[in-house]
Amino acid sequence: MIDRLQELGKEALEEIKQADTVKALDAVRVKYLGKKGPITEVLRGMGKLSAEERPKVGQKANEVREEIQQQLEQKTEELEKIALEEKLQEESIDVTLPGKEVKRGARHPLTAVVEEMEDIFIGLGFSVTEGPEVETDYYNFEALNLPPDHPARDMQDSFYVTPDMLLRTQTSPVQARTMEKFKGKGPVKIVCPGKVYRRDDDDATHSHQFMQMEGLYVDENVRMSDLKGTLEAFVKEYFGPDRTIRLRPSFFPFTEPSVEVDVSCGICGGDGCRICKHSGWIEVLGAGMVHPNVLTYNGFDPEKYSGFAFGMGVERFAMLKYGIDDIRHFYTNDIRFLEQFKRV
Amino acid sequence: MLVSYQWLKEYVDISDLTAEETAEKLTRGGVEVDLLHPRSEGLDHIVVGFVEECEQHPNADKLRICQVNTGSETAQIICGAPNVAAGQKVAVAKPGAVLPGGMKIKKAKLRGEASEGMICSLQELGIEQKLVAKEFMDGIYVFPEDAEVGADAVNELGLRDTVLELDLTPNRSDCLSMIGIAYEMAALLDRGVQLPDASFTAASESAANKVSVRVDVPEDNPYYSAKVIKEVTIGPSPLWMQNRLTAAGIRPINNVVDITNYVLIEYGQPLHAFDLDRFGSESIVVRRAQEEETITTLDEEVRTLSSEHMVITNGEEPTALAGVMGGAFSEVQEDTTAILLEAAYFTPARVRKTSKDTGLRSESSIRFEKGIDQNRVEEASARAAYLLERYAGGKVLDGTVEEDHRVQEKHVMTTDTNRVNQLLGMDITQDDIVSIFRRLRLHTEVDGENIAVEASTRRPDLRIEEDLIEEVARLYGYDYIPTTLPHGTTTPGGLSTEQKDRRTIRRFLETSGLHEAITYSLTSPDRVKRFLLSDVPGTVDVSLPMSEERSTMRTSLIPHLLDTVQYNRNRQINDTALFELGSVFIGEESSLSRQPEEKKVLAGAVTGLWDVHLWQGEKKKTDFFVVKGILEGLFKEVGIGDQALFAPSRHNDLHPGRSADVSINGRTFGFIGQVHPNVEKEWGIKETYVFQLDLDILLSADKEPTSYATLPRYPSISRDIALVVGEDVAAGEVKQVIEEAGGELLKQVTLFDVYEGENLEVGKKSLAFSLVYLDPERTLTDEEVTKTHEHVLAELTDKVQAVLRQ
Repeated sequence: MIDRLQELGKEALEEIKQADTVKALDAVRVKYLGKKGPITEVLRGMGKLSAEERPKVGQKANEVREEIQQQLEQKTEELEKIALEEKLQEESIDVTLPGKEVKRGARHPLTAVVEEMEDIFIGLGFSVTEGPEVETDYYNFEALNLPPDHPARDMQDSFYVTPDMLLRTQTSPVQARTMEKFKGKGPVKIVCPGKVYRRDDDDATHSHQFMQMEGLYVDENVRMSDLKGTLEAFVKEYFGPDRTIRLRPSFFPFTEPSVEVDVSCGICGGDGCRICKHSGWIEVLGAGMVHPNVLTYNGFDPEKYSGFAFGMGVERFAMLKYGIDDIRHFYTNDIRFLEQFKRV
Repeated sequence: MLVSYQWLKEYVDISDLTAEETAEKLTRGGVEVDLLHPRSEGLDHIVVGFVEECEQHPNADKLRICQVNTGSETAQIICGAPNVAAGQKVAVAKPGAVLPGGMKIKKAKLRGEASEGMICSLQELGIEQKLVAKEFMDGIYVFPEDAEVGADAVNELGLRDTVLELDLTPNRSDCLSMIGIAYEMAALLDRGVQLPDASFTAASESAANKVSVRVDVPEDNPYYSAKVIKEVTIGPSPLWMQNRLTAAGIRPINNVVDITNYVLIEYGQPLHAFDLDRFGSESIVVRRAQEEETITTLDEEVRTLSSEHMVITNGEEPTALAGVMGGAFSEVQEDTTAILLEAAYFTPARVRKTSKDTGLRSESSIRFEKGIDQNRVEEASARAAYLLERYAGGKVLDGTVEEDHRVQEKHVMTTDTNRVNQLLGMDITQDDIVSIFRRLRLHTEVDGENIAVEASTRRPDLRIEEDLIEEVARLYGYDYIPTTLPHGTTTPGGLSTEQKDRRTIRRFLETSGLHEAITYSLTSPDRVKRFLLSDVPGTVDVSLPMSEERSTMRTSLIPHLLDTVQYNRNRQINDTALFELGSVFIGEESSLSRQPEEKKVLAGAVTGLWDVHLWQGEKKKTDFFVVKGILEGLFKEVGIGDQALFAPSRHNDLHPGRSADVSINGRTFGFIGQVHPNVEKEWGIKETYVFQLDLDILLSADKEPTSYATLPRYPSISRDIALVVGEDVAAGEVKQVIEEAGGELLKQVTLFDVYEGENLEVGKKSLAFSLVYLDPERTLTDEEVTKTHEHVLAELTDKVQAVLRQ
């Protein structure tokens, strides 16, 4: 009987080996280990055996059965693995197909520039202050040392809505309003971003509406070197640490001394190229020490206080930073234009 | 102002500087040189030639064959100019020359005849048409007889020069003259100034016997002077003078006119020469014009004047618009022999008014408007007399007839070293400061620490201490100012809550898929009173609009956003999602009496496909709920998610069945909806959804606080119900009934299905909700939930006649 069992074991293992599907394997299991299978049959005939032989045959039968069981399990695992692999193979996808896009808009480049400027000046201790776009003549001009017969106040250059109200031509009136609010006591340290309007025909470099960012710092003992240091810190932060500035004398009614501020050209590094008109420098902003008349008009004692002010065109800074060639792009809002500033 | 580099050399020694270096010096000193115009770059092989013979070309009517002596040889040159003639001295471009237009001169054959060069017009040598003397405008240029044959024609024409184009700031009117620039250059370089010769020999006859001057308006004309010059011969001015005028952008006319223009550029002092015989009288009267009085100016235009304008008259009628332009009938002409030379100081305001009203701007009016040096008038007049004597053969009568009301005020500014250094943040010595004022030729006195500087009419921009400090800074050099950071009180800086909130809104909308737009505030009348948030009693209109399109301030952001949608649509971009943050402007019923209200609003416009993944077949069109979802998300983002309510509403420009008002605490602050199909048609756009919110109300609402609540430790129980209600019952209303009836235990109500159609009675719809019950303190029992749930169902039946769907 033991021989028979041994033989059955051999046969079974051979069939397991041959089985190539889970189903075939199941058939082997039923065939050998089923209730009607040969091993059961052998065991059933054990009653005829001697008490001596019985445990031996029983042990052998269990051994054979276990062996078959183990082999079956191992083979099942193998076959299942293969089957799963085949299934996964069938499930495979073309990973080069495009993914589902996450819908995302974009910041307007002018907003991006304004916010960047705000953040730099906030870091330097400035607060952001805003004011009305329809201004009185007083705040837009007079409080800034532009007397009534000043040529800059020509009707032809500004959009007046009444004889003494106009669309502000600069954000400086916010400075006048803020100084007034401080009632002669410093420090006043603000930047004023906003829309301004001038009677210009729209073309590649002119726009009847544009944005400015102006700054004002009034305190005791403010020096021109502070203006230079502040603007240099700003320029390095905005354009990059390798950029430098230079001051050139200029004229504005609200500052004395007044300067134009040039930044070293980022294209040629100062050697001179088409962008900087071969000068190595690009004019970027106007600035100066607050005119004593402006301090006085707005309630500050020029004997005690001094200050600096500066004004920048936001569009110009955006155009320089991103190489935009036409100011009208900012206001036509072509999606293909706006899309380009997703990352700013 | 155009400054000839060669001409400037007359007054200040800049021989060690090139034109470029001169320009750089000026620019760094604050007189900005905008452009450099080299007048003859690469212009060579052009000589003065003598036309020995000039004959008709046998094969061409319009051509002549000229034999031209160029100094070294006689060359045959074919010329097509109508004014070419034998005996002329002309500019000959020899083979090898390259003209400014790029034309290369070569030996050639023209209609069978050899031509070894070209006789040039001034235009061909690069001179602008408008600067060419009238006689040479339509032909070649002819040199004066004394020109040397074979000489470099480019040099003879003064073209070996560079012109500096200045962009002057309004305070530096002193630089509107060659001498003014010379003083500036001399100060920058610490050098001397060489003033021109103004010494003439006066005739014995007295001018005062010939003419009289009367000024009726001394406040407009503080100084008027007249000189009389007789026996002048009108002819061309010397070539060097013509050359310099051309460089300065002025066309040569004749010797007398050229001399007045020359002195104008040289001294910055406008002069006018009248023909004394045509003047009409011997008395000059300066007065205001009468209402409706007319004058025919030099340009042959009739000008109608008012009492706001000032005129020079002969006692009867106007002969010139004071400071602006001469009159036609007293103009110097070819037969003029006696001249009345006017040199005056007219005040800026009066000249500006006259110039503006007549639309006439001249070299003269520009200078008077900006303010001339009232103490240099006589000097300029003398210089002109000198030149008229020398180059027009004139005899200058003795004396100047004048009326003088000038006030010579002495104005002294004071400063000290400490103050200079304190304002600039520098460390300059008193000696350096004083030497700068000396370089500027300002009378300076030092008394201990004090530095007193006398104001000068030559530099009217220097009036206060800060002006002096600026002079110190710019002459010392801004490069020497150190860079420091403010050392005063520390300020924290930052954004206001509202500014932060606006950034939050922008970030949310950007990440939600909307592009930020910035559109113009000025709009057209047909675009106001559309898509309004609230009543607009009046608009804010521009007094003198540049165009109808930009004549009034916007009252809503939506019209321009729709323009943007349309703009993009015209460029095949059909899926557009935009938002804008900006102000709208609300006027008063009648004209504005105070500053208008500027309401900050947030608006958006969304059209086309919203959610797209084409190859997987996903294609979700923008609809009301896409845009509503964005707003709901935004409200959560700014902390008012549970407070904002949507309710059906009607707006003129919106689809009546697809629009809603948004409110918070019973206060409406915005709307959302589909653009009315007729309005979509008007704008040429497809189905578009818009919204507009009052930002002030949105941001001033009480925000839900951010604070921690214990996480639930007990399980929740979920129950779904499907209800059948009348089709006009609003889902929001049903949800509200559920929430109220559910009480404390009901934590969440979610609508998950809306159905109308088959298997439902006509006029009915089915709404399915999922309800979640939870007690944070303990595990809920089924019975408790069932009890509440049944109460919910009862309330639904009672309040919205809902029936459970079978």
